[in-house]
Amino acid sequence: MSFDFAVILAKGPQILAGLGVTILIWVVGTALAVALGFVVATARRFGGPLVNAVLAVPVEVLRGTPFLVQIFLLYFGGPYIGLRLDPVTAGLLGLSVYGAAYYSEIFRAGYQSVPPGHVEAAECVGLSRGQTILFILLPEMALLVLPPSLNMSVILLKDTALLSLITVPEMTMTVSAIGSQQYAFVESIVVLALVYWGLVELANWLGRFTERKISKLSVT
Amino acid sequence: MTWSLFQLLLQASLMTIFVSAISICAGLAIAVVLSALRMSGNRLAYAGAGLFISFFRGVPLLVQLLLIFNLLPVIGITLPSLATAIIGLSLCTAAYQAENLRGGFEGVPIGLIESAEMAGFSRMQAFVYIRTPIALRLTFPALVNEAILILKSSSLVSVVGLVELTKMAQNLSASTYQPLPIFASAGLIYLVINLIVALAARRAEAALPGLPAK
Repeated sequence: MSFDFAVILAKGPQILAGLGVTILIWVVGTALAVALGFVVATARRFGGPLVNAVLAVPVEVLRGTPFLVQIFLLYFGGPYIGLRLDPVTAGLLGLSVYGAAYYSEIFRAGYQSVPPGHVEAAECVGLSRGQTILFILLPEMALLVLPPSLNMSVILLKDTALLSLITVPEMTMTVSAIGSQQYAFVESIVVLALVYWGLVELANWLGRFTERKISKLSVT
Repeated sequence: MTWSLFQLLLQASLMTIFVSAISICAGLAIAVVLSALRMSGNRLAYAGAGLFISFFRGVPLLVQLLLIFNLLPVIGITLPSLATAIIGLSLCTAAYQAENLRGGFEGVPIGLIESAEMAGFSRMQAFVYIRTPIALRLTFPALVNEAILILKSSSLVSVVGLVELTKMAQNLSASTYQPLPIFASAGLIYLVINLIVALAARRAEAALPGLPAK
C-alpha cells in the first residue's frame, strides 16, 4: 500500500476550477435561496391564512424529502415534462429551491419573534407594509435569524457535493474524475475531503466573526 | 408507474429504515463516548474528540462515504456495502449528535452533579447515572431532528452500492424510463416515513419524564 498524492496535486489547476464551480454554485444558490425563502416567509406572514396554508405544502415536502431525490426528479424527470436543463442550471435551481424551504422557516421564526405590538405601532405611525418590513421587522429579527442562516449556508455548501451525481462539474466530480484517470481513488478523495474540511471551517469561522460583529450593534 | 414498481420501492424503503435506525443508535453511542472524552479533562482526548467532530461535520457525507468505500479495501478491509453504509452514516451522525449532546450536558443542573458527588458517586458514576440520562432527555428533540436528517441522508449510501430506496428508484427509473413518477413516489415514501417519525416522537416526548428544574 502506497499513497501518491503528487499525481493528484499535479492536477492543481483542474481542482481549483472545480473548487471555483463549487463556490460559485454555493454563493449564487445560497443568495437565491435566501431571497426566495424571504419572499415565501413574507407571503406566509402577510398573505392571510389561505396563502399560508398553501405555501406550507411545498415547504414541508422539500424539507421532508432528500435533496438527492429532489435533484434526480428535477434533472432526470424534468425532460419528460419539457423541463430540459443543463446540469449546472438544474443544480443551481435545485439547490436554491431546496434551500429556500429551510430559509423560509428561518425567516418565519424571525417574523414570529417580533412582538405584534411593534407592527401595530408601525402601522399607527403610518408606515407602509414595505416600510414596516424594512425598518421594523428585518432589523428586529436580524440577530435571531443570523446564526441559523449562516448554519444553513454551510449545510448548502456541503450539499453542493451531491450535484456531482447529476454531473455538475463541481469539485467532487472533478476530483473523483482525476482519481479515476490516475488510478488514485483514495488519494483523490483524501484531497477532496481536506479541501471541503478547510472550506467549511473557514465558512464557520467567518460566520462566528460576523455574528460577533453584528451582535455588538444590538441596542436591546 | 404500476403497483408492482411501487411495491419494490416500499420493500427498498425497509432497507432505508433499517440502515438509518442502526446508524442513529450506533451514532448516539459514539456521541456519548465523544462527549465523555471531551469532558474527561484529558487534553489529548479533548483534542482528539474535537478533531473527529470537526472532520465529520466539515466534510460532505457523500465524500465521507466515498472515502470509507475506497479506503477500507486499500488497507485490507473488505466489507459488504451494508456495513460500509452503516459505518459511514454512524460516524457522521455521531459527530452531529455529539454537538447536540454538548448543549445537553451543559444544561445538566450543577446542583445535581454536586449532589451526586456528595452522595459518594465517582466521576464516572455521576457521568453514567446522572449526567448522561439528563443530557439525553434534554436533547431528545434534537435527536429526533437528527433521525429525520439521517433518514434523508441515507439516500446517499446508494453511492456505495447498497440498494435502498433511492438506489432502487434509480435502478427502476433506468430500466423503465419513468423517472418522474418513480422519483416522485420515492420522495412521497420518504415524506411519509419522516412524518411518522415526527408524530411518534411527539407522542414519545409527551410520555417521557419531565425536565429537571434548573
